[in-house]
Amino acid sequence: MSVNLTLLAVMGALYACGIYLILERSLTRVLLGLMLLANATNLLILATGGYAGLAPFYAKDTPAQDYNDPLPQALILTSIVISFAVTAFMLGIIYRTWVLAKQDEIQDDLEDLRVAETPSFDAEDDAEIPMETSEFPLTMLGSDGRSVSDHGTASDHTPAGGGEETAGGTVQAGDTKIAAEDAAAEEQPGSQNVTPGPEGGVK
Amino acid sequence: MNIASFAPLAVVLPILGAALTFVLIRHSRAQRTVSIALLSLTLALECLLLASVWEGGTAAVNIGGWLPPWGIVMVVDQFSSLMLVVSSAVSLAVLVYATGQGMADGDQDAPVSIFHPTYLILVAGVSNAFLSGDLFNLYVGFEILLTASYVLMTLGGTGPRIRAGVTYVVVSVVSSVLFLISIAMVYGATGTVNMADLALKLADLDPGTKTLLHVMLLVAFGIKAAVFPLSFWLPDSYPTAPAPVTAVFAGLLTKVGVYAMVRTETLLFPGDSLNTPLMVAALLTMLVGILGALAQNDIKRLLSFTLVSHIGYMVFGLAMSSVAGLGAAVFYVAHHITIQTSLFLVTGLIERRGGSSSVDRLAGLAKLSPLLALLFFIPAMNLAGIPPFSGFLGKVGLMQAGIELGTPLAYGLVIGGVLTSLLTLLAVARVWNRAFWRKPSDAEHPDPVLLAPRETSDTGRRGGRNNVTLLPRTMVGSTLGLVLLGVSLTVFAGPLFKVSDQAARDMLDRSSYIQAVLGEETAVPLILTSGGGK
Repeated sequence: MSVNLTLLAVMGALYACGIYLILERSLTRVLLGLMLLANATNLLILATGGYAGLAPFYAKDTPAQDYNDPLPQALILTSIVISFAVTAFMLGIIYRTWVLAKQDEIQDDLEDLRVAETPSFDAEDDAEIPMETSEFPLTMLGSDGRSVSDHGTASDHTPAGGGEETAGGTVQAGDTKIAAEDAAAEEQPGSQNVTPGPEGGVK
Repeated sequence: MNIASFAPLAVVLPILGAALTFVLIRHSRAQRTVSIALLSLTLALECLLLASVWEGGTAAVNIGGWLPPWGIVMVVDQFSSLMLVVSSAVSLAVLVYATGQGMADGDQDAPVSIFHPTYLILVAGVSNAFLSGDLFNLYVGFEILLTASYVLMTLGGTGPRIRAGVTYVVVSVVSSVLFLISIAMVYGATGTVNMADLALKLADLDPGTKTLLHVMLLVAFGIKAAVFPLSFWLPDSYPTAPAPVTAVFAGLLTKVGVYAMVRTETLLFPGDSLNTPLMVAALLTMLVGILGALAQNDIKRLLSFTLVSHIGYMVFGLAMSSVAGLGAAVFYVAHHITIQTSLFLVTGLIERRGGSSSVDRLAGLAKLSPLLALLFFIPAMNLAGIPPFSGFLGKVGLMQAGIELGTPLAYGLVIGGVLTSLLTLLAVARVWNRAFWRKPSDAEHPDPVLLAPRETSDTGRRGGRNNVTLLPRTMVGSTLGLVLLGVSLTVFAGPLFKVSDQAARDMLDRSSYIQAVLGEETAVPLILTSGGGK
């Protein structure tokens, strides 16, 4: 009796293909990859049972060392049932993705992208304190005379109409007069945390 | 007959409830009654279990009469019974909240009839994972709760939920496969999957094999517990689910992972072989998580990041492997389950009242609804660790244990913990300032409902959403109950710390667990630890 080398080689191939497939963006391939991984793992569990042997408790006079270990097979049975359920559920999800988005690909997380693109400058938190600190400020100018919302965001700005949402989606207070008008409000309209569009924040 | 022998009922009752609610799928009122009644019954049973374990010590139940190490065994010790009580209390509150939401909204947003059976199965899976004394049964418990969570996560099948659900399912399945591979390897190396038996047999293994198995298990559980760098999936997938679902996920699912890590570290692989990497992971989890939270505008996402960050505290306590550290970690787990869940429930209420969960759109809620402000303020301060709340007590316990340990890394973690606590305060204070304190006209994109004149009370129907009760009494009541539970953790922190210290002592000693499973006469070898294991 010896360890079954074919099974081990098959297991390795299944793992390799499975890992390759779950790295794809196509959901159907990911599902196939997960199925391969589950089956490779089943083979691994089978291999832990040791050498092939006789069915336990089949005949009374079988010596104990000739039995096959039945426990790994029970474990495999459980794991097959579980992976079956998960596969069925995944198929349902993939179908739903197809119905909703007409594509079989993983979609990006928009909120995540928004956070990634947000500049580190936050008009509300990071602006320099205006020179005028009285209760009724006339202006929200920075110490260098520029509008506070211009600091640090020059890279993704082109000067445009004041206080409007441009087509590119960034909101900005263009020239210094606008900032002065809005100074009564404690908020600058040019906060860079604003998601563009009428809906505002992503739900 | 000991009460502990009824421990499997903690799994059986919710599953029975799931079956009944499935039969009653067309009768929503009967469904609600059945699920709330059975979950209350489960909670009562678990309170009795905790009391009996407190009196009589660790107990083991052999399922089907098969003797360990061959049969499946369920073990009730102080840690697992404490986790059972806290998790069931929290799930009951969330269930009441969810039924309140379902009653207020009807079946438009989510198919509530599916919700009840799935939710009860989730609770059964969590209980099974907490009770399991068998590595493979732990895997089955994980799979039960994960499969239920897949359904809950994608409830309603809307675009964003499906998108987030795909990531969640794939990551969870991969972590389950890793766990299954580790089980296969453990079985191949030792020939058993019984945890008490493993505790004895793993000690005889070659150190290299042992480390390999140890790392495999920790990685598998680390994905479930969302320990950095394995936490990437959590803030992506949790916030899109319905509010009660996110709340229960945030409270329970990651903690089951932490629970499994605690068992791995204390029972299976005692000693401090991997404590240094765990401490580094804990530090990074805390800092990276909280820095992520600061970048968020959406309250749900912000809370998901704080959830990741605070897992770091638990891992820190665990990695010290001293009674003080582990006890504080146990306390912190109990505290965090309650607080994080109530914060997510309050966020659900904020979303209903203010029309959004984005701080760019919210404003002036403190004036609109002072009760809501209070409900948010208490758990938020508790999470940030402001004295005298339980968050502060848990953190102080961890800091004390860290300073007692006295290594440079432990001091670094203490500093990191304080920093994380301050940054958490900053994150929740930003939410507070924007959503509750400023005037609606100051918001970047205020929701119409906030600008509308105040015509009716909170419970009335108004404005742009005239078919929606803004703050249904059931939802507010259950949130209030959970917030009060959080406050009571502060009031009863003394007894709770006693329980958690005792639980930590038992876990580090191991003999009560092993002898409860394998019989009184089993000899338990002493563990050699270099530091802190007094």
